[in-house]
Amino acid sequence: MATWAGREDPSAPTELLRLTGVSKSFGPVSVLRGIDLTVHRGEVMVLLGENGAGKSTLIKLIAGIHRLDSGSIQFDGVPVQFHSVAQGEAAGIATIHQELNNVPQLSVAENILLGRLPSRAGFVTPGAIRRRARQALARVGLSDLDVDQPVGRLGVAHQQLIEIAHALDVEAKLLILDEPTAALTAEEISALFAIMVDLRSRGVGMIFISHHLDEVARVGDRVAVLRDGDLIDVVPADTDQARLVRMMVGRDIADQYPRHRQTDGESEVLLDVEHLCQGKRLLDICLRARAGEVVGLAGLVGAGRTELLRAIFGADHYDTGVVQVCGRRLASGRLRQGIREGLGLVPEDRKSQGLVAQASVRENIGYATLASTAHAGFVDRAGQAGRAEAVARRLRVRMRDVDQPVADLSGGNQQKVVFARWALAGSQVLLLDEPTRGVDVGARVEIYEFINDITAAGATVVMASSDLPEVLGMSDRIVVMNSGRIVGEIPADQATSDQVMALAVRDVESPEASGGANPPEVSGETDRAQAPNHGDPIKDGGNR
Amino acid sequence: MSLTDEMDTALPEVRSAKLGRYMLDSAQKNGILLAFVVVVIVFSILQPAFLSPSNLTNLVLQYAYVLILALGMLMVIVLAQIDLSVGSVIALTGAVAAVVCVRGGAPWWAGVLAALGVGLLVGLWQGFWVAVVGIPGFIVSLGGMLIFRGLAQLLLDYKSLSPFGGVYYDISNGFLNGLFGGDGFDVFTLVIFAIAVVGYAASQWKARLGQIKYRQTVAPWPAFLAKLVVVAVVALAFAWQISHNRGLPVILIILAVFIMVYGLLMGRTGFGRHIYAIGGNILAAQLSGVKVKWVTFWTFVNMGFLAAVAGIVYSARMNGAQPAAGNGFELDAIAACFIGGASTTGGIGRIGGAVIGGLIMAVISNGMQLMGVSQGVQPVVKGLILTIAVAFDLWNRRRSATVAG
Ligand SMILES: Nc1ncnc2c1ncn2[C@@H]1O[C@H](COP(=O)(O)OP(=O)(O)OP(=O)(O)O)[C@@H](O)[C@H]1O
Ligand SMILES: [Mg+2]
Repeated sequence: MATWAGREDPSAPTELLRLTGVSKSFGPVSVLRGIDLTVHRGEVMVLLGENGAGKSTLIKLIAGIHRLDSGSIQFDGVPVQFHSVAQGEAAGIATIHQELNNVPQLSVAENILLGRLPSRAGFVTPGAIRRRARQALARVGLSDLDVDQPVGRLGVAHQQLIEIAHALDVEAKLLILDEPTAALTAEEISALFAIMVDLRSRGVGMIFISHHLDEVARVGDRVAVLRDGDLIDVVPADTDQARLVRMMVGRDIADQYPRHRQTDGESEVLLDVEHLCQGKRLLDICLRARAGEVVGLAGLVGAGRTELLRAIFGADHYDTGVVQVCGRRLASGRLRQGIREGLGLVPEDRKSQGLVAQASVRENIGYATLASTAHAGFVDRAGQAGRAEAVARRLRVRMRDVDQPVADLSGGNQQKVVFARWALAGSQVLLLDEPTRGVDVGARVEIYEFINDITAAGATVVMASSDLPEVLGMSDRIVVMNSGRIVGEIPADQATSDQVMALAVRDVESPEASGGANPPEVSGETDRAQAPNHGDPIKDGGNR
Repeated sequence: MSLTDEMDTALPEVRSAKLGRYMLDSAQKNGILLAFVVVVIVFSILQPAFLSPSNLTNLVLQYAYVLILALGMLMVIVLAQIDLSVGSVIALTGAVAAVVCVRGGAPWWAGVLAALGVGLLVGLWQGFWVAVVGIPGFIVSLGGMLIFRGLAQLLLDYKSLSPFGGVYYDISNGFLNGLFGGDGFDVFTLVIFAIAVVGYAASQWKARLGQIKYRQTVAPWPAFLAKLVVVAVVALAFAWQISHNRGLPVILIILAVFIMVYGLLMGRTGFGRHIYAIGGNILAAQLSGVKVKWVTFWTFVNMGFLAAVAGIVYSARMNGAQPAAGNGFELDAIAACFIGGASTTGGIGRIGGAVIGGLIMAVISNGMQLMGVSQGVQPVVKGLILTIAVAFDLWNRRRSATVAG
């Protein structure tokens, strides 16, 4: 089965996929118009575009999830129109979708083989399932994972890797990756890129979607830029970033990390966490955030950043320690009290924790302010709508109107809705967990500007992010977590990505095996942070 | 933790859990089984006649239909659906069988086939609306509950129709005994149970070997042996008791076959695993190429089939069909699933759990009847037990999640 057409016969045509005049509308909304695109064997085609530009819709047309309105698709030399995912997979198209699509109750192994469980005489064969799952997992570097545990127990990054494994299990001719790196840290991204390079050498064609422009040149061969459903152009992957941004958003973005720093370290302490412990997940955490300050939380997956934010917010209980907000002590696990004292949390996984998918944009934005703005127990409908409208416009949420269900929005726009909710709530202490995951360059700057505004108004922001350039570029102070502890603190204007990574990967259990023991992974990150983009985070920080 | 190195770290050969830890874990995991044991002990203390040969036999004959319904209901519930119509389907299929056999004078198997055929038709009907049209099962089966009850009444002309007699009657009231003789007890029954116990031990042993082969943590030896011994003792004691009554009930064999078949179906076939996938995350299932409509459709068809089987079993037990038969049975079946650990949001639930849940319901009903508890108190107790069982399960799960996480 592992024969690659491109390799078997060098004279075979190199064209793998050809889209001609592809168009798609959802009801009255035209999402894609007349797209012509070709992908070759052994080529990585990067798809760039703002949130809602139509990238995911395009790949769903190819994979057989949506039907074309007009146009045609030619795959492997024959015209095709897949009516189901299974048909697409049978033809050799594997897809990693943008949102996490696991069944949390099923085991890791079953998730990896879902839709194609091996069976003999009608009975699934657990042995074969485990074996194939292990093979696929080994390719994403997770050979130690217990394949029998339910996926729901794992963190977001592991779940993402499992989805990648799910796609790699198909011996695909075309692999589609819709924002696979959004939930991964530098290390895992490097591992994924290594897999992609390997597949490319074997003649597999790939379509790769990402909002991280530095990744374009790292793995891409060509770049197709979509804007508002139109294909703007297809250019080589080494095109400079400023030009790519201009093609994407139709205007120039001068500075990708426009942080206005203003603290002098003397302002009021708004968030004070002392000796917080939670099982083995959080060990003696002490953290302070002052008015006007952005504290960046860096660390690898599983370092405890999400756990810390959730414990502070009151979403989870902690065992010992003290959390004070604006001088007032919060009881463990008392979420509503936290909100009342001015805490807000933008959670990591928008789908399961942040949004009510079937509810409208307006309702989703309004949940945190429903009670506080109500008059005599009645919801202030008009006011809620007006405010939601204003924030949504401000963050450039691409939608029909505020009454559209959030389930219909593109991934990045859903993230903006979660953010908008706490923006509206006027939190004094805003906890952000991966706030710009899946958000496009333009909208990311809007979110950063928003962070600047609220910190200028005296609020404080604690931001956990796996996007190192973002942490370096937007924080005033970087706190590095590792295995449930805080292992270091660096003022952002002196920090380098190497420094942060060295702390993040250090083996805290046995200090001997410390520091730069893992140079390959660290250098992967260095690439990303120091790629020649204008708005270099470190320099910017220094200039202000 | 690095992702790329440590790939070849060898794992220990056999990972055997610590005994104490294991006992705690399995007590948590098997909370429902413990609850069942407690209920049995409580009733046997309150009412010594509970464990008598004739009562145990009676228990099996009387509540077989709940267990059969619970099998199909579990699948529907894991799919994150519900079927409220099964009680009415019991009445309808029983009526059809009675019309064919009693009124028409046809042989017993014609009645059985006709009832099964009608059950399948019911399943096709409901499956169509749920899977193809996309109406929630709650609504479709609420309609079905009315439709099939009405049809049963029309078919029976509002009167009961009896008696079946003969082979049909024996489906739920017959016994296999005397094949190997025995003095005051039935050797055949004991032999069958002995074979079953050996089979169980062999399958557990095989599973353990498999787990060791795949380097999973296995139960420590003493716990493993203790479990086998306890199961063997309980099963053989049960066999000993019923062998002193009338021998091996036919319905018990039918039940055992169904439980095994459906246990395999849910645990080991692609169809079963896809039911879990759809109930757990329908979107993920769809994007992975699972045929969501197809699986949903056949799950409902299967529910119709099993409701027909339950209808046959129940009408045979009653030796006749009544227009009001099966009233409220859907609730017994649903309760059995939830007591047995199924999740209200789908994706979680086991056939074994549903069976134990059904047994708990059966034991409680039977025990209270034996003790002469008044009519009004019985549903109150059952309702309380359902609520508490599910609350306990939730609490237990949350606690173990914290421990494990
Ligand atoms: N099922 C649907 N019904 C209605 N509108 C939809 C549906 N799916 C997508 N859309 C709309 O189509 C547009 C394109 O969405 P798409 O998901 O393709 O964007 P995207 O380029 O992938 O964005 P992102 O970077 O945020 O993931 C959006 O405006 C979205 O609201
Ligand atoms: Mg998308």
